[in-house]
Amino acid sequence: MSLLLSPLGALGRTTLAALAMIGRAALFALDAVGHLVRPPFYAREFLHALFQIGWLSLPVVGLTAIFTGGALALQIYSGGARFNAEAVVPQIVAIGVVRELGPVLVGLMIAARVTSSIAAEIATMKVTEQIDALVTLSTDPMKYLTVPRVLAGLIVVPLLVGVGDVIGVFGGYAVSVNSLGFNPAAYLKNTVDFLEPLDIISSLVKGAVFGGIATTMGCFYGMHSGRGAQGVGGATKGSVQAAAILILAANFLLTGLFFSV
Amino acid sequence: MITLDDVHKAFGANRVLRGVDLTIESGTSMVIIGGSGTGKSVLLKCILGLVKHDAGTVSLDGQDVTKVDRDAFLARFGMLFQGGALFDSLPVWQNVAFRLLRGRLKQPKAQAREIAIEKLRRVGLSPDVADKLPAELSGGMQKRVGLARAIAAEPEIIFFDEPTTGLDPIMAGVINDLIREIVTEMGATAMTITHDMTSVRAIADNIAMLHDGVIKWTGPVTQMDNSGDPYLDQFIHGRAEGPIAAVR
Repeated sequence: MSLLLSPLGALGRTTLAALAMIGRAALFALDAVGHLVRPPFYAREFLHALFQIGWLSLPVVGLTAIFTGGALALQIYSGGARFNAEAVVPQIVAIGVVRELGPVLVGLMIAARVTSSIAAEIATMKVTEQIDALVTLSTDPMKYLTVPRVLAGLIVVPLLVGVGDVIGVFGGYAVSVNSLGFNPAAYLKNTVDFLEPLDIISSLVKGAVFGGIATTMGCFYGMHSGRGAQGVGGATKGSVQAAAILILAANFLLTGLFFSV
Repeated sequence: MITLDDVHKAFGANRVLRGVDLTIESGTSMVIIGGSGTGKSVLLKCILGLVKHDAGTVSLDGQDVTKVDRDAFLARFGMLFQGGALFDSLPVWQNVAFRLLRGRLKQPKAQAREIAIEKLRRVGLSPDVADKLPAELSGGMQKRVGLARAIAAEPEIIFFDEPTTGLDPIMAGVINDLIREIVTEMGATAMTITHDMTSVRAIADNIAMLHDGVIKWTGPVTQMDNSGDPYLDQFIHGRAEGPIAAVR
């Protein structure tokens, strides 16, 4: 009997722990949103976060987008050839990159690069008592550490998604024109004519949501880190996992919201 | 005056504080001694509200610290953390002047920098460390920067968590003298955690011995050697035999 109950008990404990973690993360996110609109604001920390999350992520976002756009063009061309639809490459690349791959890949890249870095930094601050020191210096860690990062994520990740969309489409264009024999002017015209404002709006909204998720998870896991190097490692790993899963889940919900028939 | 009345704190099954009663008079220097892991740092953090106590009352000048304006309360305190707890991303002078660059004590940048350099000099550091990052300093220098930060805003109450650990004997002496000076000249209330008996004798007006989650003995430092308390005797003489188990 105990052999049967033991795994069930472990499953129950894991489920309860996971639910408690989701609850704490949700309360943390709500608290962060509440602090977004209440002073004091730390402009220097906000500008630093903008630079770290936005400017320094540009290379990884650009490289991810250009290779993805190029690969997508090759896939659609060879797949489309099975039913004589090679000509739809510009349209499918545009819609695929702008609606889906651009925001999702940028979101995941931000989760890998920014969420991990925020979680590791804040967790290290926690284990070295820097968070406690902030409190004794009459500074709210939520306002000083979390709000500038979350606000920067909400503002700059949509911009990164916009840049990623353009570079992704350009990747498809470069491969199509140079390797697949497409006419440059016709490719661009097909791309521009096919895209609708909602495609672009959905892409940018997804970017803002993913930016908020990535930065909030980084801060949450950092603030709730365990002790020592293992605690910092655990916080970093947990933050990236949570951010990636939440970004993919949010993408599904937002896609349904924007494009469900 | 800081008063702790029957303060309890547990972390899971580990009951760290089991009814601490202690009074620290204003303008005096109290040193808390006790073995490693007996909850001395937790006690300091309970007073500051960094750790929430489970039961009992902590009051400052008769007011329960959980019911006072938090900003005003914290503005009265300075704290030196065991590892310094300096902010890695800020240069030394901005660490020292952190409180003077933001919030209700905000001052012009040049003035804050001047105060930071003066405080650095006071803890035995030359002005050329002001623009360095904490990572460029030795552990002992980081500790002194932490001390400069604790006294920068001239608080009424200062907590020192292991102020001389990691310092050479000469610098430890300088820091001990400085803590004594702060209490005497500024009239500040000091609460220090240390294992260093030289520091205890140099800094303390009163001492309190924490063991098994309660204060085993408290009194003036002058009575420490004739207390008759077996726990205190064993601790101050560093004996392996006695009521305190060597293996914990």
